Amino acid sequence: MSVDATAQNGAPGRSGSPVPDPDRQQTVAPEATHQSRFTALLASSFGRNLGLVIALVLLCVVGLATAGDRFGTFDNAMTILRLASVIGVISVGMTFVISGGGIDLSVGAIVALGSVWATTVATQAMAADVHWIVMVFTAVLVGAACGLVNGVLIAYGRIAPFIVTLAMLAAARGLAEIIAKRRTQIITDRDFIDFFNGNVMGVPVLVIMFALAAVVGWLLLNRTTFGRRTLAVGGNPEAARLAGIKVQRQTAYLYILLGVACGIAAVMIMARTTTGSSTHGQLYELDSIAAVVIGGTLLSGGRGTIVGTVFGVLIFTTLTNVFTLNDLDTSTQAVAKGAIIIAAVLLQQRVAGRSHKT
Amino acid sequence: MTVLRSTRSRGIRVAAGLGVLVVVAAGCTGNSADDGTGSQSSAPRAASDNDAPGKKVVIGFSGPAADHGWLGAINSAAKAEAGKYSDVEFRTAEGTNDASLQISQIETFINDKVDAIVLLPTDGAALTEVATKAMNAGIQVVNVDREFSSPFAARTTILGDNYGMGVSAGTYACKLVKDKNLSNPVIAEIAGIDALPLTQDRSKGFADALKACGQTVDNRVAAAFTVESGEKEASNLLQAAKKIDIIWNHDDDQGIGVMQAFDNANRHEFAFIGGAGSSNAMQWIKDGKMEATVIYPPTQAADGVRLARLLVQQKGLSDLVQVEVPRRIVLNAPVVTKANVDKYLPLGFKS
Repeated sequence: MSVDATAQNGAPGRSGSPVPDPDRQQTVAPEATHQSRFTALLASSFGRNLGLVIALVLLCVVGLATAGDRFGTFDNAMTILRLASVIGVISVGMTFVISGGGIDLSVGAIVALGSVWATTVATQAMAADVHWIVMVFTAVLVGAACGLVNGVLIAYGRIAPFIVTLAMLAAARGLAEIIAKRRTQIITDRDFIDFFNGNVMGVPVLVIMFALAAVVGWLLLNRTTFGRRTLAVGGNPEAARLAGIKVQRQTAYLYILLGVACGIAAVMIMARTTTGSSTHGQLYELDSIAAVVIGGTLLSGGRGTIVGTVFGVLIFTTLTNVFTLNDLDTSTQAVAKGAIIIAAVLLQQRVAGRSHKT
Repeated sequence: MTVLRSTRSRGIRVAAGLGVLVVVAAGCTGNSADDGTGSQSSAPRAASDNDAPGKKVVIGFSGPAADHGWLGAINSAAKAEAGKYSDVEFRTAEGTNDASLQISQIETFINDKVDAIVLLPTDGAALTEVATKAMNAGIQVVNVDREFSSPFAARTTILGDNYGMGVSAGTYACKLVKDKNLSNPVIAEIAGIDALPLTQDRSKGFADALKACGQTVDNRVAAAFTVESGEKEASNLLQAAKKIDIIWNHDDDQGIGVMQAFDNANRHEFAFIGGAGSSNAMQWIKDGKMEATVIYPPTQAADGVRLARLLVQQKGLSDLVQVEVPRRIVLNAPVVTKANVDKYLPLGFKS
């Protein structure tokens, strides 16, 4: 598979999409000669996203059938989207790291550290003097710095991403606990809270931030050299190096990008909870990796889809919502989540296995 | 891990007493049970019809993940309590330690227009904003165990008494010193997570109470509310002190590990006082393996459910002259010993 072809897999191929996918034929054509048209369709980005759309629609049907009057309301939709927004922004960043052949287990800890650092007495005092944007910059900078450390150690230190980010998971949360003294830091600036918890034409600002992150992520992955390099590095680093791509630098960039996404997510969670705390973002690494993987991004790298990731996030948050509305317990939900992840990965392996045969 | 635990037990006994009163009253008069309009609770009566079915109440309940025996008991007690009332529709949102997820659960309750929300926040400050939103939407919010950072976020708050728990343990330790006529006792403390305010409160209460009889804590370690941390820290403690007279362990869940460490080292020369009040600990007290435990009631959320129902039905607490539910209820931290363990055993929770 050529790099260009894989790059297009992130394109939104779902029906009714306004964005054309001119290269889709390139992906489908070679496979169609070996397989039935049906499997070829499944293997295409269109097919993969269609599966996600069906899953989401099914969930919504279940929601409407079991809690119709409460599920199918605008307010409930916004509740789902607000919950999805924090993990969504992280997952968009995670899509880049995973399709670049890496993994990041430290995102939750970075969110915690960002939220704590941005809400210390000192930062809040500076924000009160200048503007609340200081808190936003602090969170994003902390995220970027953590991402930089991850990226440099992985790309130039040649340590496995799993190990580096596992260490960051422990260290960042520990540092957050030290800074916060394990207390919850309350944000006193009402302007900050009101801005991020507000609505623009009925749509919550947090949801708009998620949408923006998804659009920027999609453009970056599918319409820029940066995106093509990411997929090339993830698919075959050696080939990418021979093609003249600076593999190490590209890898480092990916972790910084995810760090920035974590910083933004920290701001979002600060607004949502009106606090900074070392306990924020627990297990976000698993939630975001799960969303990315069921979205269709290959865990081994080389193929990434932002649209799939967004669907992955929405599927999990809608599932949570339907469970809450139906008064079902956590344990049942955990089983359902596990089953969905396995089903998605099994499907993905079949697809990947077939396309590798070509 | 945020194992903030809360409170204690007095209100429960009051509530249980009330329940008995009500049953007696209903048995004698049987007046309001059939007309189904218990909501006209006008004048306060000695024996009220508070438990009689009234206006239907939809209560939403959300608590932290039940990753600890005490928290598991909180959830199940709340559910069981709601099941006793035919006029209560109880909706639970699954437990979580993610503040963001818990916020969305409360938002769902607001969208659903429930009548009341009983909320044990994973972090009091983090849930304050959304609880205030619920109050503004006309929903009665009952805050359980971990307090919000604003008084506008809840109609009623029901809490345990962490400082009082330390005082109870310390006072009991003083009594032991006097009863056993110990001249220079070695007193040890196994705390929970030290950075948590609740642990600090408990330790302060313990130290203050010991001061009253001229004693201090000689050896102190801090575990993490888990069985393994209890075992580890207790082993360290036994190494540090060759002879101990009294040990207070803050938490009966970690107490399982603590007891294991005692058994492993074959050290039982001391009086072992626990905290929280698990059924394990109470069984140990019955068997003579443990001296006492101090209760931190796992029934707070169950009380929260009752209070929420009363608030929506506009009833008061019938044992108070005041016709409104109080703003704030702090539960007592009684000491359970061999003498009274049978009374508390039904309240004990499974670790």
